Amino acid sequence: MPTAEKLRRRALVRFLLSAALVLLCLFLLQRLVTPKYAGDIVEGALISEYYAEAKDHDLIFIGDCEVYENFSPKVLWEEYGVNSFIRGSAQQLIWQSYYLLEETLHYETPRAVVFNVLALQYNEPQREAYNRMTLDGMRWSGSKLKSILASMTEEESLVEYLFPLLRYHTRWSELTPEDAEYLFKDYRPSHNGFLMRVDVRPAENVPEGRILADYSFGDRAWSYLEKMRLLCEEKGVQLILVKAPSLYPYWYPQWEEQVEDYAAEHGLLYINYLDLIDETGLDFSTDTYDAGLHLNLSGAEKISRHLGQLLREDLGFPDRRGEEPLSSRWQEKLAAYEAERESQLAALGKI
Amino acid sequence: MLFTSYAFLGFLCVLFPLYYLIPTRHQWKLLLLASCLFYFAAGPTYLLYILTTALTVYYAARRIGALGAEQSAYLKEHKAELDREGRKAYKDSVKKRQRRWLLFALLLNLGILAVVKYTNFAIRNLNGLLSLFGSGRQLSFWNIALPMGISFYTFQALSYLIDVYRGVSPAQQNPFRFILFVSFFPQLVQGPISRYKDLSPSLFAEHPFDAHTLCRGLQRVLWGFFKKLVIADRMLSAVNTLIRGGDYTGAYAFAGMLFYALELYADFTGGIDITIGVAEALGVTVQENFIRPYFSKSIKEYWRRWHISMGTWFTDYIFYPISVCRPMLRLSRFGRAHLGEQLGKRLPIWLSSFAVWLATGIWHGASWNFVAWGLGNWLVIMISQELEPLYERFHRRFSVAEKGWFRLFQVVRTVLLMSALRMFDCYRDVPLTFRMFFSMFTARNWAVLFDGSLLTLGLTGLDFAILAGGLVLLLTVSLRQRRGSVRDAVAARPYPLRFCLWFGLFLVVLFMGAYGIGYDESQFIYNQF
Repeated sequence: MPTAEKLRRRALVRFLLSAALVLLCLFLLQRLVTPKYAGDIVEGALISEYYAEAKDHDLIFIGDCEVYENFSPKVLWEEYGVNSFIRGSAQQLIWQSYYLLEETLHYETPRAVVFNVLALQYNEPQREAYNRMTLDGMRWSGSKLKSILASMTEEESLVEYLFPLLRYHTRWSELTPEDAEYLFKDYRPSHNGFLMRVDVRPAENVPEGRILADYSFGDRAWSYLEKMRLLCEEKGVQLILVKAPSLYPYWYPQWEEQVEDYAAEHGLLYINYLDLIDETGLDFSTDTYDAGLHLNLSGAEKISRHLGQLLREDLGFPDRRGEEPLSSRWQEKLAAYEAERESQLAALGKI
Repeated sequence: MLFTSYAFLGFLCVLFPLYYLIPTRHQWKLLLLASCLFYFAAGPTYLLYILTTALTVYYAARRIGALGAEQSAYLKEHKAELDREGRKAYKDSVKKRQRRWLLFALLLNLGILAVVKYTNFAIRNLNGLLSLFGSGRQLSFWNIALPMGISFYTFQALSYLIDVYRGVSPAQQNPFRFILFVSFFPQLVQGPISRYKDLSPSLFAEHPFDAHTLCRGLQRVLWGFFKKLVIADRMLSAVNTLIRGGDYTGAYAFAGMLFYALELYADFTGGIDITIGVAEALGVTVQENFIRPYFSKSIKEYWRRWHISMGTWFTDYIFYPISVCRPMLRLSRFGRAHLGEQLGKRLPIWLSSFAVWLATGIWHGASWNFVAWGLGNWLVIMISQELEPLYERFHRRFSVAEKGWFRLFQVVRTVLLMSALRMFDCYRDVPLTFRMFFSMFTARNWAVLFDGSLLTLGLTGLDFAILAGGLVLLLTVSLRQRRGSVRDAVAARPYPLRFCLWFGLFLVVLFMGAYGIGYDESQFIYNQF
């Protein structure tokens, strides 16, 4: 006959085992239903790629599609010996960029940070789908929590970020083989954050911007740019502002003026690649894959060359191509880059 | 704070451990604090309404109780001096003073309810009359918010007041305990309307931690979430498509009628399961509000099994008092003298029932469709009642009453009849309800029920499959409940099996529940009453 103490102990063991089983099941199910972004939309897989990297970059790009589609870290390394990484995701809002930068500077201190200024146009949270692509990939930290709180739209809930299972519970009916394949590993679609596209869809015209009631960037957007500047200043990192050469969304002269004034006021380097089309050799009949919204591989490599030259010659970035084990790591990356280029060209029937 | 919100789950996650960690003598105080926080979260100003009701009813009941005690003491003290007439005169004078307190609290609180709930209804009707008589003048609507659960807590507080007046319940001496009785958070959203004598013993008692009680309560909560999230809220988009606008006639109206009946059942009983389960997990016993109403064989039986606390409230506090009031007794005497014994006896019942159903309709909402719904129920019940002898003769003649198929027929008939009456509730427009109801008999589009057209209403094939599975489970559990508690039956099984059953149900709610982004966050339908 078991004693009361034994019965209590047995009940406790049973409870603990049951709780462990429940937690394990929920953990596995959460992993299963959380999107892997390994299908048509791969942009959601970009942010998490950084954590597998050795954290000794010279340059970090921060921004939206105008950085991860338009700059090639491979060119910066291969031709100028600059080790760079892009922390960008689709429609990455400026406060998300700020918190990603805060997180990145917690891991490492690069020589410079390049921020693409198009995100200044957004002063409010936009869409949950884009928030998720930026935020789900971040590791849990104070920066992630602050980024979530700054980014949530009215329909979103912090609880669903803490427990993504609650957000993605309906995905059980649309699971694909990729969900099982990437259950315990991350899908890695980029090359140091650069998303390669080799196809071409020429730009046929330069779209006109619609008239806006107010061309001033919002206070919130400005405040995060200022925070970014101060953070870089505190960490001794040079902040470089860029505007990628996308034909649309339209970059208004009034916006340009505000950014130029801000850069001048704080002594920041600002490069607008829309003004450097001839200098970089960009040709919108061959260097874009979606009629001017984003550059393709050819276009991205052209402006990366321009930037690399500036980093080396004007800003004195050292050539690290002889450094080990960095150089060996890059050998693997260059091979993967070339393989994907060839694979995409083959898929298009061009080789 | 909706029961299905993350905030509510977080609220419970904090409350439960605290409740069982603090000394048991303070548990009721924690419940009071939690109830005030819960109500405050719904709207800070609402707290004023509920406190006004609680405090005025508390004070009036105390005065009534004190007068009663005073009377007992006086009569005891002056037993020798008072003759029968003297005692009666004294009692009458006390009763009169007690009645004043009763009327004061009744009028004040029903007045508050009437003002916040029915002012705009009255203005809308006045504006209609003004237009009818050609006046260009229109009254402006009041911008007044309806406090959450006002109909429920007002009725609950008034039932206590009347019970104290009748001497059924003692007057509560502690105002804070009384505030807790009125505001106990699980039943604030949609009832049930508990009686003081039923709720107060366990509400104010001390409850040491008991894992079994906690588990049983949480199991009931889980079952409530299953009904609400997997069935009711999934059904919502189809119901909204079918009933809004009145474009879906004929077979669509029929489908909408049944869908709404199912949605309402799953929504309301699911909410009550959550209420009873949360209370049970806290050691508090809340009375059952449903006994498988869709298994009823008549409308009368249905109303004894659906929203029981409301039905008994109207019976005890409206039907009986009206039935035995002096004018009604006079009317009965007059009827028996002039219309015959049978008719004369029934007249007060018809009129009292009419008053009950009119009040029930109005209680449900400030619009004519609810009045029509209430009176529709009255009409059907009265007709059924009058035809009862005929039915009994038919049952005896053909010996069908005990036959399974006939009982099934009666159940289906009740479901269809109740669902048809609910159309007043779901269309919220009396002429439209009639139009849609009659379209079921005139439109010839029954093929839409089978040709895939139902898949255009906002529900996919998978949604229908989940609903069908949910219904099968609901029906199975309901059938099993006739033989006793399903939770007890599960508890008697080996641990691995019951673990799998409850965890399986949890996963079903988690993965098949209609919640989060992409679903309309639906508040409980009875929340609006």
